Amino acid sequence: MNALRVFLSTLQDSLRDLLPIIAVIAFFQVLVLQQPIPDFLEIIIGVLFVVIGLTLFVLGLNMGLFPIGESMAYAFARKGSLGWLLSFAFALGFGTTVAEPALIAVADEAAAVAASGRMIEDQPEARASYAFGLRLTVAFSVGFAILVGVLRIIRGWPIQYLIVGGYIGVVIMTLFAPKEIIGIAYDSGGVTTSTITVPLVTALGVGLASSIKGRNPMIDGFGLIAFASLTPMIFVMGYGMLV
Amino acid sequence: MSLAQELGTGLWHTLLSTIWDVLPIAVILFGFQILVLRKPIPHLRQIIGGFLLVLIGLAFFLEGLEAALFPLGKLMAAQLTAPEFLAPGGDMSRVTQWDYHWVYLFAFAIGFSTTIAEPSLLAVAIKANQVSAGSIGIRGLRIAVALGVAIGIALGAYRIVTGTPLYYYIITGYIFVVLQTLFAPRMIVALAYDSGGVTTSTVTVPLVAALGLGLAGTVPGRSPLLDGFGLIAFASLFPIMSVMAYAQLSEWLGRRHARSSANTES
Repeated sequence: MNALRVFLSTLQDSLRDLLPIIAVIAFFQVLVLQQPIPDFLEIIIGVLFVVIGLTLFVLGLNMGLFPIGESMAYAFARKGSLGWLLSFAFALGFGTTVAEPALIAVADEAAAVAASGRMIEDQPEARASYAFGLRLTVAFSVGFAILVGVLRIIRGWPIQYLIVGGYIGVVIMTLFAPKEIIGIAYDSGGVTTSTITVPLVTALGVGLASSIKGRNPMIDGFGLIAFASLTPMIFVMGYGMLV
Repeated sequence: MSLAQELGTGLWHTLLSTIWDVLPIAVILFGFQILVLRKPIPHLRQIIGGFLLVLIGLAFFLEGLEAALFPLGKLMAAQLTAPEFLAPGGDMSRVTQWDYHWVYLFAFAIGFSTTIAEPSLLAVAIKANQVSAGSIGIRGLRIAVALGVAIGIALGAYRIVTGTPLYYYIITGYIFVVLQTLFAPRMIVALAYDSGGVTTSTVTVPLVAALGLGLAGTVPGRSPLLDGFGLIAFASLFPIMSVMAYAQLSEWLGRRHARSSANTES
């Protein structure tokens, strides 16, 4: 009975979350563009899918992703081996990013830009190897970011110094990077963190901060995602300068 | 093929590709758990059940977006930025940056509404609510982030139209964030920085990318390849400011409230 109630209330929340999109699309389609809504049935079914999907995702989040992220954080804290924890952090960042579909799409676009800007030869092989190099670079930078972020939680460094340092890095790289790459580099920061990575990494950070004495999960536990969206900007501009 | 069949096969393919995306994560999690931590996972069956729900949920979510919302949203982005809509006479050279007002409004509205539905933001908001013992509201945080994304994307669309270099805006934004950090409540700083990164994933990126490419393709003198980017960067920068502003505002309101109730008591 209780499970059913949780399911229904989550379903209701998901429906409410989706209403703004439906309103926006209806407003622009009917009033601004003044066109009928095509494939009405298909859209209704699609919206139904989205609502069911969001509901199951939230239920699974609380059952699976949050608990395992936290229990691994506690287990690593108990084990007390910094080396293993940092290698886990790096592997999690690298492994979840290298296969990220959004990143693959961005890397291919970046290769097209580089080819049109005569930075590389406009050949399929040259473009493919450029895109692959870029993907590895971004994945490496996310792994590095999670590693530094975990180290920060353990040591209790204030987050703003690291973020401001990262901003200065972005500004300096912007001055020297080829101008074709800047837009993609800035965007790459936003696309690296997927829907499954975010809850895991957040649970890991919060779990670590609550299992280490003297750390506040609110102040120290968040921030891993912030690093993961900052370092790719610096590394992609660096890649643009070197290749 | 019937609609049901089409959706069914679409769902199956999405499920397979979602499983493929999750595989490296599962290998890393279970690999470290078994080889390094060498302890059984507590509540293993519940966790596997949770993973399955997340997989099936994402497959439904993505398939629904692909089947219904993305095609329509992308079509609308293309229509709103098409020369026929902006200049009914067909003379693009007379169009000024303010003739794009519907584009800016669309950018704002789509930025806001897709962010509210973004699953990774929801995850972070749930966690922040748990950790702050309820003092950070799930809905309040998401609305603050969504407003930031909305302003960011509308401003980003304006930038594509006017052709100002991207880094002017971004660097000004950084200076703002640094200044705000000095004054914002300490509790919110890390969460605010995080909310920049989580806003743009499954729902927002495809629609916003379509808008950027459409705009850069229409505005005279812009190249989709060079000027179509940057909207995502705006969408990840502005929520940092709006979340800190939200915390500053609620702190200020709380203080004012405390003061006024102290006054009535005395």
